[in-house]
Amino acid sequence: MGCRKLLSEVSNYLSGDVDAAVRQELEAHAAKCPNCWVVIDTTRKTIQIFQGCEPYPIPESLQDKLQKALQKHYQESKGLNS
Amino acid sequence: MLNDMELVQQVKQGQVEQFNELVNRHARKVFRLTQHITGNREDAEDALQEAFLKAYSRLPQFQGDSQFYTWLVRIAVNESLMKLRKRRVGGFSVSLDDPIETEDDFLPREIAAWDENPEQKYARQELQEILDRAVSSLPPIFRTVLVLRDLEQLSTEEAAEALNLSVPAVKSRLLRARLQLREKLSPYFRKGGQA
Repeated sequence: MGCRKLLSEVSNYLSGDVDAAVRQELEAHAAKCPNCWVVIDTTRKTIQIFQGCEPYPIPESLQDKLQKALQKHYQESKGLNS
Repeated sequence: MLNDMELVQQVKQGQVEQFNELVNRHARKVFRLTQHITGNREDAEDALQEAFLKAYSRLPQFQGDSQFYTWLVRIAVNESLMKLRKRRVGGFSVSLDDPIETEDDFLPREIAAWDENPEQKYARQELQEILDRAVSSLPPIFRTVLVLRDLEQLSTEEAAEALNLSVPAVKSRLLRARLQLREKLSPYFRKGGQA
């Protein structure tokens, strides 16, 4: 496996979505190619950092707006059911 | 505590205010999703509101074939993409099509190693700002695939269905999205980089 082929597979590799033969070839290449090793390692860390991104707080104004709109829908539903 | 499906059942049976509990559970995650995809605060707020209102209206049709949250995510993605399509930048519609792919897409420019726990270099708020800036600078279709696969943990097949793309198309966009995000984050996280 060459560097370009490794790059085209790095995402599938990190998703655990390559077959055993490709995984072995990729890991064998990375073991002797420091640049590719760095790309794999930093792409893995990129995903980890992104996955650590926390849910966003909802601004109070948005909460109020959403709640008002929902209440209107709830009332309509109750009207339909009564 | 009731699970999502039990709450959905209660809402369907007329206890409509139980929908508030579903909102409380998921709104913050949905807001993160709409913010990442639209890259615009106002659009993100509107998309979140529309997503919950549509989810409520369509609840009678929700059969429970998927998790409630996965179903909600699909609605929120559609609302976010509609906002993106409507927004015009400099007189041009924001394109959801692929950016022109070049050979250079694959070629890493930053090959420096990163610290072992790179996220620890920054305070939470600062890290959030770095990520927001980097993600919003990706092409819309790349960041949408990235959000669905890496943040919302949808399977490749689920993401493909939500975006009306083929499975290979999702994989190809995820590859490019991850590599581009890596490039954008590298100056912040490489060893000896700015902290």
